[in-house]
Amino acid sequence: MALLEVDNLSKSFGGVTAVQNVSFAVDRGLVYSVIGPNGAGKTTLFNLITGVYTPTEGDIRLDGQSIAGVEPHALALKGMARTFQNLQICMNMTALENVMVGAHLQLDRNLIKAMLRFPGIARRDSELKDQAHELMRFVGLERYWNLGASSMPYGALKRLEIARALAAKPQILFLDEPAAGLNSMETGEIDELVRKVAGNDVTVVLVEHDMKMVMNISDRILVLDYGKKLTEGTAKEVRENPDVIAAYLGSNV
Amino acid sequence: MSVLKRQYPLMILAGVLLLLPLVLPNNYYYDIAIRMAINAIIVLGLNLLIGFAGQISLGHAGFVGVGAYASAILPSQFGWHPLLAMGAGAAIASTIAAIVARPIFRLKGHYLAMATLGLGIIIAIVIKNEAAYTGGPDGMPVAPLGLMGFEISGEKQWYWVLAAILLFSFWAARNLIDSPFGRALRALHGSEVASQVMGVDVVRYKVTIFVLSAFFASLMGSVTAHYIGFVTPNIADFFHSIELMTMVVVGGMASIYGSLIGAVLLTALPQALSTFEGWETVAFGSILILCMIFMPKGLVPTLAARFGRNGQEDR
Repeated sequence: MALLEVDNLSKSFGGVTAVQNVSFAVDRGLVYSVIGPNGAGKTTLFNLITGVYTPTEGDIRLDGQSIAGVEPHALALKGMARTFQNLQICMNMTALENVMVGAHLQLDRNLIKAMLRFPGIARRDSELKDQAHELMRFVGLERYWNLGASSMPYGALKRLEIARALAAKPQILFLDEPAAGLNSMETGEIDELVRKVAGNDVTVVLVEHDMKMVMNISDRILVLDYGKKLTEGTAKEVRENPDVIAAYLGSNV
Repeated sequence: MSVLKRQYPLMILAGVLLLLPLVLPNNYYYDIAIRMAINAIIVLGLNLLIGFAGQISLGHAGFVGVGAYASAILPSQFGWHPLLAMGAGAAIASTIAAIVARPIFRLKGHYLAMATLGLGIIIAIVIKNEAAYTGGPDGMPVAPLGLMGFEISGEKQWYWVLAAILLFSFWAARNLIDSPFGRALRALHGSEVASQVMGVDVVRYKVTIFVLSAFFASLMGSVTAHYIGFVTPNIADFFHSIELMTMVVVGGMASIYGSLIGAVLLTALPQALSTFEGWETVAFGSILILCMIFMPKGLVPTLAARFGRNGQEDR
């Protein structure tokens, strides 16, 4: 059974249908990419799956269980994590604390115990600090660990979001344009990082505009155009599909 | 950070509170110190809500009023033990907060400010109008607070009671901020959608911290009532809410030390300015405006940044 199944999913905002009857399935352990021209509905699709929007129609199943319309914080419990196209970093916290927030659900969130600082809470927090440190090293941010997030450069924040998402120990990770706004060297580093993540048994679903990166690392690719599924297949199949070429280049085939 | 080093600020505060009586010349100064402590404890709770979680409340004096009047009414008219009345007041304030919090926290920004403002005003009006119980605008006397046959009376005894509560609140607030619960609070302030995706049930956290701050505001209302021995509806009114809010902002949003500094300064300032006779409100207002122009983040965060320390670590 596929880890994630999307079935006839639609979302309309007033009269505009941003996503229309999209179906696909993502198998465990793959890097699955969603591409399409600007405004094709990629981010809307992400927001639907990760619970930020409620679908107008259709179903989404994770591990066979329907998750359509479930709130984001409940989806996190099911092992779903994501990053954002427009950065959603907590600028009022340090880089390390941002990563620690990612592990929220693995911790004791009791208010009274926190106020009285029960020994268990302090101990677990100091373990978590080490783990968060390790994750920052994994994404290549070790030199920023003690800095406030607000004083980090843009490229580093992109990777900080990935570290935070990984702290949740997700089974499926959604990356919304992780290379957007990065130069080619930084994009290469993200490329490498996504491979490392996928190598650690995390299923990765990726929205990305950088075609070189997508073609390089994706096991399967879904192409959206005007909210509809254009095609789906391996990098080679997608590259040679005349509809895809038409959608991107606007030629009449 | 070692366990001992972590507690340095607590030890410093304890030292200050212990040594302060040596330099307080008379009961007038004790009285000011007590009022500072009461405000500081309320402001610590309010800053968790406003500064750390980023949710505004312009009606917090309402909760102070609930506690004050519970301690005034329940013992004198229903024969309750004062401690029980204090607990009941805090329970009522928490319940009101919990009931109104869910609809209120669907609102953001100005709307949230208006809703909490309205809540505070409603509580103040109820207190003013239920004259049969509350004595109306004239207020009512409050029985002294007895603990196991021992009655707290006089500024010196109250000073030690409040020093102990303040120390505990300071310790608890610092613990809370540096815990998974506190990180979730700060995270939902930083990015609500990101914290949701990480599994933070943001509505629950906002409601919980609102209830907690209402609980402490009510307790301090009870303490104020017993300490002064008399309550008037002023304790619940809008101006008191604004005063508390100003302490948070001037001291520094999202700063535990700032809460203390804000409460101390804004309690002392009107006393210090009383020499201006008639102009003290103008002087008070001018100082606030200058503060906000030159230190919009509040005293403690601004000074911490100026002296080159990492502001994120200095709370």
